[in-house]
Amino acid sequence: MALKGWARAQAGPQATAPGAASGRIESPVTVEGTIVRVNGPMVEIEGLAGVSLADLVEVGPGRLPGEVTGIRGAIMTAQVYEYTGGLRVGDQATSDRQPLSVRLGPGLIGGVFDGLLRPLARAPDFLSPGAFAGTAAHGSEAEFRPSGRVGSLVSGGAVLGRVRESLAIDQAIQVPPGIAGELRHLALAGRYAPDAVIAQVADVDVRLSSLWPVRRPRPFAERLDLEAPLATGQRVLDLFFPLTRGSTAAVPGGFGTGKTILLEQIAKWCDADVIVYVGCGERGNEMSDALSELRELVDPRTGRPLLERTVIIANTSNMPVMARELSIYTGITVAEFYRDMGFDAVVIADSTSRWAEALRESASRTGALPVEEGYPAELPSQLAAFYERAGRLRTLGGGDATVSIIASVSPPGGDKTEPVTSHTRRFVRTYWSLDRDLAAARHYPSVSWRDSFARDASRLGVWHAANGDPNWLGRRGQAMAILAQADRLQSVAELIGAASLPDPERVVLLTARLLHEAVLQQSAVSNNDAYCAPAKQAALLDLVLAVHARCLDLVGQGVHASELEEVDLSGAARARDEVGRDDAAAVGTIRDSILGRLAGLAP
Amino acid sequence: MIRAPVEYSTITSVKGPLIVVEGTRGDVGWDEFAQIRLASGEVRHGVVLEVDHDLAVVQVMEGTAGLDPRASRIGFVGRPLAIPVTEAWLGRECNGRGDPIDGGPPILSNVAREVTGFAINPARRDTPSEPVITGVSVVDALTTVVRGQKLPIFSVGGLPHLELAVQIAAQARVGDAPFRVVFGAMGITHADVAAVRAGLQEREAAGELVLIINTAADPVVERLLTPRLALTIAEHLAFDLGFHVLVVLVDMTNYCEALREIAAARGDVPTRGGYPGYLYSDLASIYERCGRIRDRPGSITEIPVLTMPGGDITHPVPDMSGYITEGQLVLSADAWARGIYPPVDVLPSLSRLMRRGTGAGKTRADHPAIAAQLYASLAQAQRAREMAELLGVAALSPTDRRYLDLGDAFERQLMTQGMAESRTIEETLERAWGVASILPQRELTKVSRSQIEAFYQPGGRGGPEPGGGGAPETAPGLGQG
Repeated sequence: MALKGWARAQAGPQATAPGAASGRIESPVTVEGTIVRVNGPMVEIEGLAGVSLADLVEVGPGRLPGEVTGIRGAIMTAQVYEYTGGLRVGDQATSDRQPLSVRLGPGLIGGVFDGLLRPLARAPDFLSPGAFAGTAAHGSEAEFRPSGRVGSLVSGGAVLGRVRESLAIDQAIQVPPGIAGELRHLALAGRYAPDAVIAQVADVDVRLSSLWPVRRPRPFAERLDLEAPLATGQRVLDLFFPLTRGSTAAVPGGFGTGKTILLEQIAKWCDADVIVYVGCGERGNEMSDALSELRELVDPRTGRPLLERTVIIANTSNMPVMARELSIYTGITVAEFYRDMGFDAVVIADSTSRWAEALRESASRTGALPVEEGYPAELPSQLAAFYERAGRLRTLGGGDATVSIIASVSPPGGDKTEPVTSHTRRFVRTYWSLDRDLAAARHYPSVSWRDSFARDASRLGVWHAANGDPNWLGRRGQAMAILAQADRLQSVAELIGAASLPDPERVVLLTARLLHEAVLQQSAVSNNDAYCAPAKQAALLDLVLAVHARCLDLVGQGVHASELEEVDLSGAARARDEVGRDDAAAVGTIRDSILGRLAGLAP
Repeated sequence: MIRAPVEYSTITSVKGPLIVVEGTRGDVGWDEFAQIRLASGEVRHGVVLEVDHDLAVVQVMEGTAGLDPRASRIGFVGRPLAIPVTEAWLGRECNGRGDPIDGGPPILSNVAREVTGFAINPARRDTPSEPVITGVSVVDALTTVVRGQKLPIFSVGGLPHLELAVQIAAQARVGDAPFRVVFGAMGITHADVAAVRAGLQEREAAGELVLIINTAADPVVERLLTPRLALTIAEHLAFDLGFHVLVVLVDMTNYCEALREIAAARGDVPTRGGYPGYLYSDLASIYERCGRIRDRPGSITEIPVLTMPGGDITHPVPDMSGYITEGQLVLSADAWARGIYPPVDVLPSLSRLMRRGTGAGKTRADHPAIAAQLYASLAQAQRAREMAELLGVAALSPTDRRYLDLGDAFERQLMTQGMAESRTIEETLERAWGVASILPQRELTKVSRSQIEAFYQPGGRGGPEPGGGGAPETAPGLGQG
């Protein structure tokens, strides 16, 4: 494992410096400074001795949270995560000299949080500065069931007990990374507040929830090879452009191409354990819609509401811009937290373009040199580092777990050569490119079969072959070939008319249309079609390929393509909606009846 | 909160709309509102853009022409710009600074709100789910507006977007509840303002209208305040007083150009089209102020109107708007040239919240399916039309010829309607089925078999046929379902 050494190097500094992760948090030293400049969310502060980059500062009488983004002599530059109206030169700023961190522990599942992981459910209707006062530190009590053994030697990742978050998520309470030694004390079973000490390891208190700096990846033991698919229940993704569990996917698309609907579909139906949905600079009404749907919809695997496996981070487009930049990191940190318990977590981020814009805005305020379209030079490296936090890993506790990242990109003007889209394309393994023409024709999901890619397709073919579907790769290849040929023929047909094409080529056009309607299109609102089980997916694609083969046979026997074009194939197009979610057998029946009808045309 | 302004006579420099004041350390907060008294006694207004040690940078709304830095004094009021909010706004007209221009008394209230507003907590939002019936068939059938939604009109100079926005504002209702309308005009002409007044006079007479007007001749900086005033008043009407409020904002392109002008004067890094990088966030701070809030009875629905320079939908203004709003209604110069009103370009138009606001118990059970069917069929009709233009109608298959007929019938029977004509949703849906029934049943795969049985109009050309003059008659079979 060549990666092993690298993983150690990543984990190393945290493993050897427990203070970085937890020690500093226990014994804060508060320093003070004075504001000397305010320009929107950018604030310059004099004083604050000993403060480091990325440390949390609180500014002004409202103690607004901010993060140090630059140090120049005695002047600290901070970006503030709330509206700074009324903030003055001379106002006070304080810092505990701790990196900006979020509190990870029980109470996250099913909740809605802002970019700093503050609970929105307890905040007022309008988010004025200070709206979160008092909500951050308080969570409700949780029922802790200890399972560790006092006197044993433990280290980061060791399980001390559990808290049941929902029927699906029985959360492990673990020794935080970087702490090791004898388990000297373990709390009895019972209800505890989030900041209650539930164990003592060597000299360090371990609380029910712990702080973690969001910009620092949580450590792990080693990287493992990617193998299995993340099933999304969406045909065009699972059959044509699949995503490997622990891998990365980007969804670029102009407005109106259905990015958000597609991401919501994945959030609802993919077979991960925990979903972290980050609404980064997106619409408030959509967040509220997603929330109510997740409450109503039932997870086919557990029979419980989908919300019981979901954490929502909502930083809508009119919430403070800088918190938007942070929300992406907050989301991935929460996912890593569940990964470390052994779960398969998926981060869904909508949209990374808003994150990049926040980065640009912050860079512009601090006078960083703009390179492409005003973005700072660090954009590609920041994007690459973000996607690199995905992976299949051996956790510190010894588990085999994954974090997958699925992120949308909103290219200005739908121009996929713009910096955020073009850099993202270089760093992800799966690319679901949404097409404006398909969307305008209401072909949803509007995933383009020309511009999308899945770099792990052959690897997943091996997995499918080993898991009972040896035809997976062949079926995909045949269908992709038909689509590509049909696109070419379509442009010819537009010049000379479809009627002038040879019969076998007209069959290709016919099949392609059937592929669009019966397989590629999928309705997010139909009860039967919103989620499609793997067996039904395969059966629908087999149906179309069987019709294709039969039609080619028939033209070979002298049947005219125009006769085939007048055959009523609407039963095939309706099958996805009329047949149950996993009823592959019923699709087979429809296939046989259509094939029978076609056979009747034989001379 | 409001204190006696501290006055300074230390304005040291003037650049475009910006002035720099010295010696303000500790007294002036960022984003604070300021009043500038010129030597002539004239009072201008400004906003603090930056405080830096001893200096404050202030943006002057009315511009800095004629402002002598040595002879002018500036006072800071100690808080961001706020306006009084009260029900007394209904029936009134004011300018982009909130001063009445209708000759009426000043508007007083003991409640003042900061015009920048604060984000609605997304966890406290209620999902919009009641349809707004505008009486305009093409909107109600295919891009249904939902109460609490923001649905812009994307247009091009010369098209009747103002007429359509006014028609919607005049006719819109939800069930039996009328809307209160807050109309914000940014940088539009006096002629257009007069047309708005005329189109909404019934609303105005009924005390259901607030007009906030910044004409093309008014200060550019006030253009940035106009939508914020409109929304601050609307928020009070909706979320404090429980009214359903429709906010119409015309023309957002003028607003964005004002933003660019100010950004250039401030020296902000330009991005696409010269607009500042924060164009998206700034637009969001306007568009996102609509919706519904749990346990509060009112709502805000927004219809911004913008003109796409050069008709280019990828221009930064429509593009950034489209990323924030919940769909868009795109107007077509081509259809307008053929005399069709409202000239809606259906395929790029979309209402994202339509699903929640249509169907059984909302409009009619078959509405989502027939809308999906029309969208799919119109896409096919467009392909057929392109093919026919290249190769001639004769080269089309019989089925594709039916699609051509469907495209024409859609424009004549469903889309075309009078500027004062309001149709019920039943009539609109009947017309929609009339259009769809031009196709053979096997082509209708987006509607269910039982819906075909109930609503398909056999004979292939069901629905009201236009007479010679194209005046639509009443649909047969009206009231089915």
